Formats: sequence, structure tokens, C-alpha cells
Amino acid sequence: MGEVFNLEHVYKNYKNDGKEFSALEDVSLSIKEGEVFGIIGMSGAGKSTLVRTLNRLEEVSGGSVSFFGQDLAGLKPGELRLIRRQMAMIFQNFNLLSQRTVLSNVMQPLRIAGTPRPERKAKALEMLEIVGLEDKKNEYPARLSGGQRQRVAIARALASDPKVLLCDEATSALDPKMTGEILDLLGEINRSRKLTIVIITHEMSVVERICDRVAIIDKGKLAEIGEVEEIFRNPRSEPARKLVFPGNPFDPSDRDSRLIRLVFDGLAANRPFIAELVEKTGRKVNILSANTKSVGGIGYGQMVVELPPQKEEQELIIQFFKDGGLSVQEVKRS
Amino acid sequence: MSEYIIETIKTGIIETLQMTFFASVLAYAAGLPIGILLYATAKGRILSNRGVNLVTGFIVNVARSLPFLILLVLLIPFTRLVTGSSIGTKASIVPLTVGAIPIVARMVESSLSEVSPGIIEAAASMGASPLYMIVHFILPEATPSLLLGAAINISTVLGYSAMAGVIGGGGLGAIALQYGYYRYQKEVLWTTVTILVIMVMVIQEGGNLIAKKTRK
Ligand SMILES: Nc1ncnc2c1ncn2[C@@H]1O[C@H](COP(=O)(O)OP(=O)(O)O)[C@@H](O)[C@H]1O
Ligand SMILES: [Mg+2]
Repeated sequence: MGEVFNLEHVYKNYKNDGKEFSALEDVSLSIKEGEVFGIIGMSGAGKSTLVRTLNRLEEVSGGSVSFFGQDLAGLKPGELRLIRRQMAMIFQNFNLLSQRTVLSNVMQPLRIAGTPRPERKAKALEMLEIVGLEDKKNEYPARLSGGQRQRVAIARALASDPKVLLCDEATSALDPKMTGEILDLLGEINRSRKLTIVIITHEMSVVERICDRVAIIDKGKLAEIGEVEEIFRNPRSEPARKLVFPGNPFDPSDRDSRLIRLVFDGLAANRPFIAELVEKTGRKVNILSANTKSVGGIGYGQMVVELPPQKEEQELIIQFFKDGGLSVQEVKRS
Repeated sequence: MSEYIIETIKTGIIETLQMTFFASVLAYAAGLPIGILLYATAKGRILSNRGVNLVTGFIVNVARSLPFLILLVLLIPFTRLVTGSSIGTKASIVPLTVGAIPIVARMVESSLSEVSPGIIEAAASMGASPLYMIVHFILPEATPSLLLGAAINISTVLGYSAMAGVIGGGGLGAIALQYGYYRYQKEVLWTTVTILVIMVMVIQEGGNLIAKKTRK
């Protein structure tokens, strides 16, 4: 499949009171046609800056961004506007025109593209039907709930038949139920219209729910990129680990003891490893946290355990888990 | 009060309304585009242009800082050139307009600045041109605020129109000055002042109401 976006060594520097600040540093990645691509990172990591380079709302300071092979930097203003009509964007704050009706909002991109009025209206109504809001067409955005406003924004985004949909924290202002509904709608649109979707978020649950691949951005740098399942199974970078396995709910009994993380997928999840450990080796571990999640239909579990202080004991226990096919990682203490 | 004075006051009301109306329309015809220019060319905005912004801003500031009475006198030759006379209702419209333009421009600029940057970003991401953004995104979003500003500006013009009476303009201001100051007829003075106050209140409250109605 083709590449929608290709970023090569993208840098972005901001000047803050004369001081250079590097918001993006050497980011290279590509986004494939038809996929749901996640970009995740902590607040201030540079996610919004990164997504804004995709439609050149932000000019890069170095490197290049291309859209279907065309370098965006070389475009004249008029050409850029034409390219932007092939991309659509939705935002955390919806950014709907408050003084215009829902229908008028959805018609905007078509109006910009010069579509004749009757066609515009028919198309806008069709889009409102997709998001399930035809009955709200004459309402003003202020009278809608957050979830409904985001649906209007999605209808507006789809109206011009874009090739890609960019979502900057599109669900961050919504409650969990509405977030789920909006994500399901986006997933549905991705499948039915084969629309490439780029999703910016700071929440791992969003990535888990609908992304095929994910890029982890940390302090302006690309920390890790790959299939979502793969990153959940085996996060290699520290930022990825922090996102996949957030803090431990229990404190270890000993400040300096050794902690390890056990990760198992759906296959291994049925075996009672801890019980087997006690039974076969007579050694015990202290469970600090455990949770499971479902990624792409496969159940994943992870557990953080505290090992006994003796070095030999530790090695024996680790070997036991490794032999059982679990992935074992050291947990750094902060 | 005599019949004659009552007739005079009636004429004065009509003249005041005429001056206020035409001066306001003309001031918006010029002030709205200037306000848009000030807004759009400011730093970080859609047509950011430091030079244009500085020059326009400077002219507007100078014009706005002149006391209206001084402007009235300064503009006498220009008024005569435009209307053929420097006294009367028609002549007053010229300095009123000139005085109101910078006020309108700044008010428009401030209303437009209130529009959320997100709206402009959304428009840009849709591939809208700067002109399209102004006409179809920024102005509609700013409409309630522009209307509130208009109510204030029109009230200001009405107040200024009374001042124009000092140098031979028509309207209620001239009547108040003539009868109330030179002839010391207190009841005429108070009548005209009351009418002016009521007119300002009607404009202000009417404007507020309309602005409230339009805000969705
Ligand atoms: N226009 C700007 N000028 C200066 N600094 C900026 C600007 N936009 C973003 N930044 C800085 O760049 C960093 C990344 O911002 P952003 O991309 O918005 O982060 P995120 O979306 O991941 O929370 C932040 O530290 C932010 O303060
Ligand atoms: Mg952001």
C-alpha cells in the first residue's frame, strides 16, 4: 500500500523570548494508506506540532514532509490550499462556527471547494446521517453536547471526501462513554470509507482501542514506532514502557529491592504462573500490580513483582518465568 | 415652551438622527475595512505584515487621540471642500465621520481579536483563503461582538453630534447651546438634554438587545 505521509528528519524549533526551543527533533516516519495511525506522548511532547506539520499549519525548521510523494514545503499558497482540501482535521475543542447552524458548518468545506449549493446541501445531509445527527441539522452548536459537537466536526471533515483525517486530541474533552462512541465511529469510517486516520492522543486507551500502528513521541523525539500489538507486548523504549505500564499501585516492601515486570499474551494467560512458581521452586514473589488489557482481540496481561533480596534466588525465579515463555523486564525505580 | 421652540426641537431631533445615521454609516464603511486590516496584518495573524500594521496603527492612533473639538476646527477647510459649507447638518457629518472612523476601526479590531484561534485554524485546515476566512469565518463569529461595539460607537457619534453644535452644526446640541447657554432658557436646555439621554439609551439598549438575539 502507498504512503500518505512521509516525514524525513523533521525538526521544528520555536523561539521563546529569544531562546531556541526544539519542539521536534529528527522525526522520521511514514503513514500508510488505510491505516489508523496513533501518535502518543505526554503533554508538551510535540504531538500537536507534529500533526500540524502534516498539513503545514506549522512550517518545519528542517527535514521534509511529503503527502503522496509531494513535498509540502515547495507548495505555493494556492497549491497548499488545494492540497489541504484533501486532508481534514478535527480538534479537541471542535472549532465549529458558533454563529452557524450544524448544516451550515458541515457545508463549509464544500463551499470552500466551490461545490454548487444544492449539491453541497445534499452532501452535508448525507454526512450528518453517517454521524447520526440529521435531526440536529438546524440546531446551533451551543445546544449540542460535546460528543455531538465532535460528530458534527467529523461530518464536516468528511464532507469534502478527504484522503486523510487528522485528529488532534479529538476525544480529550469528552467523557469516557462519548470517547468510546467517537472512537468507534472513527473506526467504522476507517473501515467503510478506507480513510486513513491519524490520531493524536495522550491516552493509551485510545491507541489500544483503534490504532493499527503507533508512534511514541517523547520530548520532541520519536521514541518508538510499530504495530500497536507489538509495542504492547514488548515496549522497548522507556517512554513506551511508561505509557504501556503506568505507575505501580503498591509500594515495594523494600526500597532497594529488585522489581521485574512479567508480560504475557492471551496464550500464556491461562496458566497459573505464580502458583506454579511456589509449587515447583518453593520461592515466593510479592505482587505489586497486575492488570490485563485487550489489544486487537488478544488479551494481554502484565504484572510487576518484587523479588527476594538474594541474587541466586532472583536468577532462579527469572529463569523460571523465562522458561514458561513470559517476557521479563527490569523495572527502573524512580 | 412656545410652539416655535417645540417645532425647533422637533427639527433638532431629526437633524441629530440624520447626522448620527449618516456619520455612523460612513464611519463603518471606512472603519470596518481599516479595522479588518489592523486585525489581519497584526503579528501572527492571517495576513501578518509588520509595515502595514505599524503605519495603519499609527495613523489610527493619531486620529483617535485628537480631541473631537479640535478635529472639528481642523477639518473646517476640508468640510467646506466636500460639502460646500462649513456649517449646518450636512457639514457636521464630515467631521463626525472622520472622528468616528478610528474609533470604529479599533473597536472592530478588538471584536475580531476575540474570535478563537481554533476557528481560524479550522478554516485554514480546510484550505480556505485569507479573504474567505475573514468573510465566512471571522466576521460571522464576531458578529454579536461587532453589534455591541456598534451600539457604543453610534452612541458616541450621537454625543459628538451635539458637540458639533458649537461650531454651527445643527441638531439638538446646537439648540441646547443657543437656548440654554446663550439665552439661558433652562427648560429648553433640560428638554434637549433629556431627549439626548433618551436617544443614547435607546441606541445602547437596542444594540445590546440585538447583539444578544444574534448570539447563538
Ligand atoms: N507557537 C509556539 N511557540 C513556542 N513554543 C511552542 C509553540 N507551540 C508549541 N510550543 C511548545 O512546543 C512544545 C510542544 O507543544 P505541542 O506540540 O503543543 O505539545 P503536545 O501537543 O504534545 O502537548 C511545548 O513545549 C510547547 O510549549
Ligand atoms: Mg496538543
